Amino acid sequence: MTELQMKEQVLRMSGVDPLKCMRCGKCSGTCPSYDEMEYHPHEFVYMVEKGQISKLMASDSIYKCLSCMACVERCPRGVEPGKLVEAIRLLAVRRQGANHLKPDDIPALLDEDLPQQAIVTAFRKYTK
Amino acid sequence: MKVSYYPGCTLKTKAKELDKYGRRAAEALGITLEEIENWQCCGGAFTSASDEIATKLSSVRALAEARDKGQDLITLCSACHNVIKRTNDAMANNADFSMKANNYMKLDTPYTGETKVIHYLEMLRDTVGFDELAKKVVNPLKGKKIAAYYGCLLLRPGKVMAMDNPENPRIIEDFIKAIGAEPVIYPYRNECCGGYITLEDKTIAAKKSNKVLHSAAVAGAEMVITACPLCLYNLQKNGTEDLPVVYFTELLAEALGVKED
Repeated sequence: MTELQMKEQVLRMSGVDPLKCMRCGKCSGTCPSYDEMEYHPHEFVYMVEKGQISKLMASDSIYKCLSCMACVERCPRGVEPGKLVEAIRLLAVRRQGANHLKPDDIPALLDEDLPQQAIVTAFRKYTK
Repeated sequence: MKVSYYPGCTLKTKAKELDKYGRRAAEALGITLEEIENWQCCGGAFTSASDEIATKLSSVRALAEARDKGQDLITLCSACHNVIKRTNDAMANNADFSMKANNYMKLDTPYTGETKVIHYLEMLRDTVGFDELAKKVVNPLKGKKIAAYYGCLLLRPGKVMAMDNPENPRIIEDFIKAIGAEPVIYPYRNECCGGYITLEDKTIAAKKSNKVLHSAAVAGAEMVITACPLCLYNLQKNGTEDLPVVYFTELLAEALGVKED
């Protein structure tokens, strides 16, 4: 896929219109994973607008989003950056062999209190 | 009164107390939770991408079963509630998704979002009523300072979850008052605990969880309550603050005098 095709795919999947963004940065200001990210929520919006999808797909930032929806809730323009992060992460993990988490990784990550919820959620987010 | 009940995977395993006390307390309040037959795991997270269909079908099955029984669907785990309620919203308002899901499932009657998805806390507020609940309390938790931890899943996205004001909620604080205790308001009560990132990077989850716990401790809380097994795990396991974290149903059962066997 070309960058333009990927951009169109991301916009279609997410339903987001990046042109609504007024660059206030509130999404990044409220993001609990801000410190862990290479590209922050407001940069996702800007870079999608510019069609720089493959750069975002290659960044670990897509696996740092906690899907807490703080950016979606608090955006004064209703841009919903978290939905862009999710669409780009899906484009990444839907590629053959590109799962971010593998079943074989799981046993080493378990402890006796870890709720099943953590495992199924991580699989839902990190794999296809 | 009978309602449909979706427990979810974690309430059958690591969060049995959340389920056990929830059922007991509901019985004491005159409500029988009828478990959905053959329910399947909700997947823990709602995928907002519009072309994700299969990952939402387990929720649609539970929703359709409650509809066929003519009952509301009660959830208890915050994650199940988030996933099922958002899926229900998509079935009602996203014609393309609804058509694809129905085409796949071939139900006797197509499902279009008819079921009301109600979190247990909403059932206490709207069906039982916090005033009525307060009258049934036999063991009030007097003088106990309790911090309500909402996390992210119960409240957001606010337009769909519609449980409470997503930025200034009060439902759990009102619950705390109803069982005779004193709610503690603190800034991080609706911020994320770190969620599933604990699987990959415990240090990130610890940073988030400690912010929440510290915020509650500074505000004078003696205890934190939650409806989410993953929040409980993160706060307890990854947090370093010495503050007990329990499920709200445990305190409810205690207040109603049905905690012990």
